Amino acid sequence: MTGYVARRLLAVVGTLWAMSILIFAIVHVLPGNVAYTILGEYATPSSVAVLEAKLGLNDPLPLQYWRWFSAMLHGDFGQSLVMDRPAAPVILDALGRSTILAGLSFLMVASLGITLGVYAATHKGTLSDRVLALAQFLFIAVPDFFWAILAILFFASLLHWLPATGYEPLAEVGLLAWLSHLILPVCVLAIGLIAHVSRLTRSSMLDVLDSRYILAARAKGLPERLVLRRHALPNALLPTITILAIDAGILIGGVVVVETVFAYPGLGRLLVFAIEHHDLPLLQAGMMMITAIYALANLAADLAYAFLNPRIRFGGAAA
Amino acid sequence: MSGVPRTLLLGGAVLAAIALLAIAGPWLTPYDPTGFSVRARFSPPSAAHWFGTDEFGRDVLSRVLAGAHYSLAIGFGAMTICLVFGVPLGLLAAFHRGVVDEAIMRAVDLLISLPPILLGMLILAVTPPNLWKTIVAVGIVYIPILARLTRSVALGLLEEDFVQAARARGEGSVSILWREILPNAWSPIIVESGLRVTFAILLGSSLSFLGLGPQPPGSEWGLMIAESRQFIDRAPWVGLAPGLCLCVLLIAVNLFGEGLREYLDPRLRGRAHG
Repeated sequence: MTGYVARRLLAVVGTLWAMSILIFAIVHVLPGNVAYTILGEYATPSSVAVLEAKLGLNDPLPLQYWRWFSAMLHGDFGQSLVMDRPAAPVILDALGRSTILAGLSFLMVASLGITLGVYAATHKGTLSDRVLALAQFLFIAVPDFFWAILAILFFASLLHWLPATGYEPLAEVGLLAWLSHLILPVCVLAIGLIAHVSRLTRSSMLDVLDSRYILAARAKGLPERLVLRRHALPNALLPTITILAIDAGILIGGVVVVETVFAYPGLGRLLVFAIEHHDLPLLQAGMMMITAIYALANLAADLAYAFLNPRIRFGGAAA
Repeated sequence: MSGVPRTLLLGGAVLAAIALLAIAGPWLTPYDPTGFSVRARFSPPSAAHWFGTDEFGRDVLSRVLAGAHYSLAIGFGAMTICLVFGVPLGLLAAFHRGVVDEAIMRAVDLLISLPPILLGMLILAVTPPNLWKTIVAVGIVYIPILARLTRSVALGLLEEDFVQAARARGEGSVSILWREILPNAWSPIIVESGLRVTFAILLGSSLSFLGLGPQPPGSEWGLMIAESRQFIDRAPWVGLAPGLCLCVLLIAVNLFGEGLREYLDPRLRGRAHG
């Protein structure tokens, strides 16, 4: 197990390093003069020259890369050009708020998705299973930004139950006002993934329920609830963990869109801001942060899988 | 038509209808999709303007029709790019185990270490966006998935007896590739790309919702929805019309993809659909 963890950690470090090269390359090698991008197309040649000198853009690319990369290793994530502040605190602030949003959504996806999936599997073929299947099919086909528009239209414009956009800090406005700004984005972020998770939980639960050891458990007279809870569920949930890891990636992507629609000041909206204002250092730093989070989420899922799966836990070299 | 799944027929029919509307769009639009009309600003849906008008008095139905081709172009264009690059890369990796395989698979791992939409944003961040760049970006995002799938299918086939037999007959790599591997690898590849078109359209419209796709006055549906947000209280129809169209398109493509899988996957064939 220790060797497995060490190897996976090493892979995360490798991914981050390779990603730093890719991010740097895309930002610096793609056509488009960085200084002109920042200053706008009407910049004078002299102001471009001054900015290029200031940013060290005349140095060879490998040197520029090394300067950026080694600064990151020392905790310096560069300077946001538009805000004229160090990027790291700006990103960490936004990350905190995104974590609240994504964390609540993830809890909702895991709990509701698994519950609905198990319910559909144990009620296979009934009307509620069919209704769930249809709902899942429709929900997967609706883009999350359209869910967001519908939610704003219905709950904010029409019913005036919830604020349409924005965010208020918990410490300033109290729990209720804080939550009221979170409900719509959290639900919109979760809704498509709940459908995804429940659909796959249903099918893995059905596979397990078909297996012989469940037949044996039933044959020895165990009450159905025990069969489900003690025997079927732990095994049916193993593939769900992998699905939840994949969905964590979709969730991180969804955060970008949902934060933009709801004007929620998180990391996703910060990245869109960085692109709109050509704040390339901020963009690079934010992308590195997202890569790191995604890699860690995958690592966590792999470790949880390995920990819960006896074949890997006791198998040593497997995986 | 027995044997052809109903989902494939239904999805295909709706998809064909949308494609026809997209191609014939420029001739069908009742108004000029970019024509301003100050007096008709924010008209609700009526007999004259079925989907109403937007903040410049432009007819929303005309704009939706004129924008139908974007999503189709992104979805199917990106998938073509995936097939053209992903399949050869996967085959190359399967045929040349060792350094080539290692290099290709590490590149694949790298590209999937960012969630799709963020990889798309990164690719489109620096240069000014347009339709073609969005198609290429979405294509690049999904190349790794097809490369990986092709590689695993080809590796499986390489172990099969009929390929071993071809080797024993002394056939060259190219001949084995063309005559033994590809004909047998097509169906899982087509199935996967059929299912991926839905994701490609979703990703493309999300990117253009964020401003990283076709630019105004183009009327890509995701972009139209993004623009409608400012006056969602006054004129909800401006965003609802393209949004509902996008949903219909996505459902049709998804049905088509699922139907294709049912039709081509021998394990699913003949199984009752429920």
